[in-house]
Amino acid sequence: MSVLVVVECDKGEVKKSSLEVATYGAQLAAQLGTSATAIAVGEATDASLAKLGEQGITKVLYDKEPRLKDFVNNAYTKLIATAAQQEDAKAIVLANSNIGASVGSRLSIRLQASLATNVVELPKTDGGQFTVKRGAFSGKAFSDVALNGERKIIAVKKNSIEAQHEAGKTAEVVAFSAQLSDADFADAPKQVVMQDQAGGILLPEAERVVSGGRGMKGPENWHLIEDLAKALHAATACSKPVSDVDWRPHHEHVGQTGITVSPNLYIACGISGAIQHLAGVNSSKVIVVINKDPEAPFFKAADYGIVGDVFDVLPKLTAAVKELG
Amino acid sequence: MKFLVCISNVPDTTTKITFTPDNKEFNKAGVQFVINPWDEYALTRAIELKEANAGSTVTVLNVGEADTEPNIRKALAIGADDAIRVNAAPKDAFFVAEQIAAIAKEGAYDVILMGKESIDYNGFQVHGMVGELLGVPTVAPAMKLDMSGNTATLEREIEGGKEIVQVNTPFVASCQQPMCEPRIPNMRGIMTARTKPLKVVPATGNAARTQVNEYALPPKKQGVKLIDAANAGELIKLLRNEAKVI
Ligand SMILES: Cc1cc2nc3c(=O)[nH]c(=O)nc-3n(C[C@H](O)[C@H](O)[C@H](O)COP(=O)(O)OP(=O)(O)OC[C@H]3O[C@@H](n4cnc5c(N)ncnc54)[C@H](O)[C@@H]3O)c2cc1C
Repeated sequence: MSVLVVVECDKGEVKKSSLEVATYGAQLAAQLGTSATAIAVGEATDASLAKLGEQGITKVLYDKEPRLKDFVNNAYTKLIATAAQQEDAKAIVLANSNIGASVGSRLSIRLQASLATNVVELPKTDGGQFTVKRGAFSGKAFSDVALNGERKIIAVKKNSIEAQHEAGKTAEVVAFSAQLSDADFADAPKQVVMQDQAGGILLPEAERVVSGGRGMKGPENWHLIEDLAKALHAATACSKPVSDVDWRPHHEHVGQTGITVSPNLYIACGISGAIQHLAGVNSSKVIVVINKDPEAPFFKAADYGIVGDVFDVLPKLTAAVKELG
Repeated sequence: MKFLVCISNVPDTTTKITFTPDNKEFNKAGVQFVINPWDEYALTRAIELKEANAGSTVTVLNVGEADTEPNIRKALAIGADDAIRVNAAPKDAFFVAEQIAAIAKEGAYDVILMGKESIDYNGFQVHGMVGELLGVPTVAPAMKLDMSGNTATLEREIEGGKEIVQVNTPFVASCQQPMCEPRIPNMRGIMTARTKPLKVVPATGNAARTQVNEYALPPKKQGVKLIDAANAGELIKLLRNEAKVI
């Protein structure tokens, strides 16, 4: 019996959300009195995988099949299912990412497991039940869910658990092969297109986000958002109407029907705070609102606010960040 | 081409969420229910593809009790040809996926579309479960879908970019924007929807693998601390020294 952690890698490194997942998996393993093994997917160096020891992982399985570098739903599902069987994994932990959700849902059928996505805390395992707390109603609520199956699959929401870093601890990296055939790669992507991310920070992974709404008046003013984001090492985002009119690309749209984010800091500039927008951002730890309308609903959800004109306030904020050094 | 579009019935996006006094169930009182916004992308794209490919049909499927019928009729008014309702309260994603897979198998549908997730349960699970139950590929979440004969070309969102994926029918895809501009029903659609067939069938199986014990609302915010715009830089100091987020 063990806990299997699915670790997503990109450009040789383990993704930040997977460091969180590894920490979650190791803590769950400790709670269950077992150890946590990881299975790595994507492009990873052995050194970056060995460093998963810092999160409490003891062993990392890695299949160097080159076609696994990009996401292939069928192949990833088979790879992880094979590892789960080999390790006799009673719990599988993955990120609540597009990869995690795609693979986790297929795995739940293949392994006859109970699946919970959007999970925000370690499970409660007392009293014979295994329950997890997960976000529901687009961030407007939580639910406690009992996982009844013998096997459990848990997809952990990004930024809901802090990654541990116990310096010096290393994991053993072990070659692994799921004996994948050409048929397993039938749904392999024909092409992968990466989009420009402001400052190179991916919005779903970002710890800080600077977001603009219709109050920014037009795409020509976005340098104000980008300047502050750059100074703060933040990703940029926007409200739905902004991406609907193509001021910003769709992948920056946050909210109920866009990306859900839960960074440590979310700065909303010229955004009214409609309930659909709040739904995707209100689990951010600290929310800052800049709006010239003191009645803007967003102020009710904010921790800090400035009633003022974004064109006046944003340059002052950027200058103040630069002064901090 | 036979399209099956799965729709769920969800509280309107502006709904303030509350629960029954024992916190065991969502409080439906006074709440308006709509077609899950993500499912509208699936529905509209299926109808567009049907219009472009003569002889195609679009069937709408909902797992739900009789109170979901107004939204099933709305989907018919938007342009679906017929509808199936599996008469059962959706228990969990697994239960719903089992119903969808059974209908999809029986009707030999070529393309099974649904939204990325429902805005109430936010499961993002049903697509993969249905694909696996049917043993067909799943593409989730899809931002673009084109068909040429039996081959579909899809754009799938990945963190930081997109993948171009090609699959042959049958397949399952979960949809999101910017796939299409969701349609709203017109008068003629609303009139014809009344006469379109809506079949009600019993649920198969009875399994659920998860169970909600309790719902809770997030803790209330402390209240906003306002900083004078003239002194905006002060905010940055507070974010560093007080909130400790920069
Ligand atoms: C089914 C459905 C799903 C939706 N999903 C989403 C979603 O996922 N994400 C989302 O964002 N929206 C979503 N919406 C839309 C949502 O209801 C709002 O329309 C939207 O969030 C408003 O965007 P906004 O705040 O940028 O624009 P507005 O509502 O126009 O607000 C602009 C704000 O800027 C302020 N402002 C103007 N000028 C300045 C200035 N110079 N300085 C400072 N402040 C200024 C104004 O006071 C105002 O508060 C959805 C709607 C529906 C119906």
